[in-house]
Amino acid sequence: MERAPKPGRDVPPKKDKPQAKRKKPRRYWEEDTAPTTARASPGPPRNKKRNQELRPQRPKTTHNLKKSRISKKPQVPKKLRKRKNPEPQRSLSGAQDPFPGPAPVPVEVVQKFCRIDKSKKLPHSKSKTRNRLQVAEAEEKETSVKAALSELLLAEEPGFLEGEDGEDTAKILQADIVEAVDIASAAKHFDLNLRQFGPYRLNYSRTGRHLAFGGRRGHVAALDWVTKRLMCEINVMEAVRDIRFLHSEPLLAVAQNRWLHIYDNQGIELHCIRRCDRVTRLEFLPFHFLLATASETGFLTYLDVSVGKIVAALNARAGRLDVMTQNPYNAVIHLGHSNGTVSLWSPAMKEPLAKILCHRGGVRAVAVDSTGTYMATSGLDHQLKIFDLRGTFQPMSARTLPQGAGHLAFSQRGLLVAGMGDVVNIWAGQGKAGPPSLAQPYLTHRLSGPVHGLQFCPFEDVLGVGHSGGITSMLVPGAAEPNFDGLESNPYRSRKQRQEWEVKALLEKVPAELICLDPRALAEVDVISLEQEKKERIERLGYDPEAKTPFQPKPKQKGRSSTASRVKRKRKVMDEEHRDKVRQSLEQQQQHKQKKAKPSGAWPSALDRFVR
Amino acid sequence: MLSRNPDNYVRETKLDLQRVPRNYDPTLHPFEVPREYVRALNATKLERVFAKPFLASLDGHRDGVNCLAKHPKSLATVLSGACDGEVRIWNQTKQKCIRAIQAYEGFVRGMCTPFCGTSFFTAGDDKTVKQWKMDAPAYGEEEEPLHTILGKTVYTGIDHHWKEAVFATCGQQVDIWDEQRTSPICSMTWGFDSISSVKFNPIERFLLGSCASDRNIVLYDMRQSTPLKTVILDMRTNTISFIFTAANEDYNLYTFDMRALDTPVMVHMDHVSAVFDVDYPPTGKEFVSASFDKSIRIFPVDKSRSREVYHTNRMQHVICVKWTSDSKYIMCGSDEMNIRLWKANVSENLGVLTSREKSAKDYNQKLKEKFRHHPHIKRIARHRHLPKSIYSQIQEQRIMKEARRRKEIHCLKHSKPGSVPIVSEKKKHVVAVVK
Repeated sequence: MERAPKPGRDVPPKKDKPQAKRKKPRRYWEEDTAPTTARASPGPPRNKKRNQELRPQRPKTTHNLKKSRISKKPQVPKKLRKRKNPEPQRSLSGAQDPFPGPAPVPVEVVQKFCRIDKSKKLPHSKSKTRNRLQVAEAEEKETSVKAALSELLLAEEPGFLEGEDGEDTAKILQADIVEAVDIASAAKHFDLNLRQFGPYRLNYSRTGRHLAFGGRRGHVAALDWVTKRLMCEINVMEAVRDIRFLHSEPLLAVAQNRWLHIYDNQGIELHCIRRCDRVTRLEFLPFHFLLATASETGFLTYLDVSVGKIVAALNARAGRLDVMTQNPYNAVIHLGHSNGTVSLWSPAMKEPLAKILCHRGGVRAVAVDSTGTYMATSGLDHQLKIFDLRGTFQPMSARTLPQGAGHLAFSQRGLLVAGMGDVVNIWAGQGKAGPPSLAQPYLTHRLSGPVHGLQFCPFEDVLGVGHSGGITSMLVPGAAEPNFDGLESNPYRSRKQRQEWEVKALLEKVPAELICLDPRALAEVDVISLEQEKKERIERLGYDPEAKTPFQPKPKQKGRSSTASRVKRKRKVMDEEHRDKVRQSLEQQQQHKQKKAKPSGAWPSALDRFVR
Repeated sequence: MLSRNPDNYVRETKLDLQRVPRNYDPTLHPFEVPREYVRALNATKLERVFAKPFLASLDGHRDGVNCLAKHPKSLATVLSGACDGEVRIWNQTKQKCIRAIQAYEGFVRGMCTPFCGTSFFTAGDDKTVKQWKMDAPAYGEEEEPLHTILGKTVYTGIDHHWKEAVFATCGQQVDIWDEQRTSPICSMTWGFDSISSVKFNPIERFLLGSCASDRNIVLYDMRQSTPLKTVILDMRTNTISFIFTAANEDYNLYTFDMRALDTPVMVHMDHVSAVFDVDYPPTGKEFVSASFDKSIRIFPVDKSRSREVYHTNRMQHVICVKWTSDSKYIMCGSDEMNIRLWKANVSENLGVLTSREKSAKDYNQKLKEKFRHHPHIKRIARHRHLPKSIYSQIQEQRIMKEARRRKEIHCLKHSKPGSVPIVSEKKKHVVAVVK
């Protein structure tokens, strides 16, 4: 009986019979001896091919212009994978794994999914707690690696615009971009000529599918801007100050001259909210179902749209409010004031969470990026500044603009747009995480009238501009997040899906009291009250129940347990503990000195001499 | 330039499932923690809304139920013995009595089923141990025991070895019997008091424990046929259950480590009256206790406070309790002649779950665990409705305990440092350990 050759064996079994002359039929489990060059080097070339195959095939949109090109290829070439052990492993069947070992994951992608801040240590934590934390950290690492691996499944890549050999991208006209891109994308660029009803404010819905705009002379319209299907068009016969979609597209809040009105997508007035009067700006906090209104009377009012109650009415004590934006990361409202400060508000507090002095003159516009890290402000002093919101609210970069920006907006991927008169300037940074660099604009565009409203469309490379001549939808490659999450906001959702989502969203409506500067604070240990409780307990009991019991030497046998030896042993342990304490305090002192030694800031200030 | 093909995102026909592309990037999911918190809050509220643990009441006994026994092979079968000497076998799924035997004149003191499940033993007031067949007698046959062992003293408890054909009884002494013989293999005593319960250890199978009315718990080794060691508590222990928890008269339960009896691992205190019975599920992570205060409670082994309390209007003093072998249900027999069947997890959905239901349940469970220390969630999760009698007794005992502790603290504060020892709650109740 002939047995199948063993998988690991290289030499075929010898045969001296005439059959041996005949060419042996090749079995799939046997090794392919002749063309093994491809397998011998399981490195980059093969990998490259695989990478190409992985990309979804799309209609070709890349047209090479004379000067520049607009394409969907990634800006940074994907890192070639490195394998830890290049030696292929043999499996039982003889087939070898071309990609042995766990799949490689780039560290920075994993870092994105990490949620536990390892730098924060719990004070006086017990070993049991520490062990539990270690387990949690290990679990978190594993899940973040898995989440990072799943990035491979994302179907789309962000667009970008690249000048040919050092050409300035700001010189590329909209017409050039429209000419270069595919038909579907070209249809996203359009102009609505509505000169009659004055400067327009506009708002995209959260999915980026619908657009609502309201003109100063009362013209209000909502449309599905992708298919250009008009949902409603009315004239409210009153000045429209601002317009905003509520949590989904069928509801529309319009700040009119007198009161705040809510319309549905048929244009039927559902509510007239008289407690919010003379509203100038609207913001909707989608996870809290709160409509924040800033009024001429100086009040910031939060209206819960799910139950129709006013949650908080805060007096900003700074006169007329007409500069407002929300921080999408923590739902804090930023108000710009005429004295050059920006104040941060939450409905839970009667006083502002923070006040930042930004400009010498009044603040004209404020915008916060989607990660909540950067705030852009522009003031009457013609400055455009970018602030870091993470720590001490310090300005990172500033630039003087000839006219000063009247409107600012951030895109999902961190592009900053400023409307100055009838010109729109867009600045881009390095990727998503970094701040936009104000040195060189990424794109510019001149409109037919002064800008009155600006917003980047979510999930589309489109910037909507409302101006006195109507509405312009501009193409801005690389503005939007390419891969949306279907359960969060899906531009292609059906009516049924929207209804399902609405129920879910209402069930997990975040209470207004939870709005604070750090939205992750809820998941952290409240160390202060813990310490306080401990102190109170010690006071109540009269002793510390968790205190370490003083060392008692164990009794030993064979005459070694004399009083002297016991005292000696006890002294030894006590001395060791004392030494530890001294060592720790010395270390602390040194650290303290080091901190003091370096005054902050690169330039020595004249005031440094007063620093102790 | 971003250009999506709608065909990749919209389903082709109406019969397809909707396409849901996912992107787990944290920036696309803002307010992760507050939203999870709200979800956890909702899950906790729903758990309390669906907390309906009571399943059925099996009635038929004509006197208080004194003992219960599980069938080792069939989950649905339960045996119960009453104070009038009647033994009943029940089918839980049909909630019906299959068989009733008038075994004794007086109390049925104890019952146990051997691991084979073909017969069962009963111990009664008339100094006899009887072995019965599990199956009903054939037509025309008389209902009578397989064997009857006549002893010298009254037997108050009985338990069977987990792997061998050996059982133990207790009364004035602990006797170990072979199933085939009519005289005990060995008798072990410690002092001269009536022993109320005896239990075999399911893991260290040669060990057994008993508790007597002179307040001590004794551990025996079957191989040496001598008592190993004993621990004396403040008050008398009614029952023990392995992995070693003692149900005490002083309203507490004590979980011991068998190797170190001088300090209980945990003191479980929530009952407001004497605890009569305690039983472990096969998981060994929790146990259920029955008390004279007309309630049963479920304790985690490592927590001193109970996780659940079950009571009904009609349930009187609970004498015996058992956790079924699938660890899903709890049975308790009480004074007013009924056996009640409860769910072990209050809001558990019985029946088959779809995979989505299961994953939603797991997700909610994890969320509840994650946010369980938040005051608002903790308050909702901990809230239980209690009958007025228990509620007022808890208040009363809290005042008493508070007063006692205040006095202790005052003593400590106003005496020479070191002269008044600080005794922990665990050590307070152990009087002595004797080897």
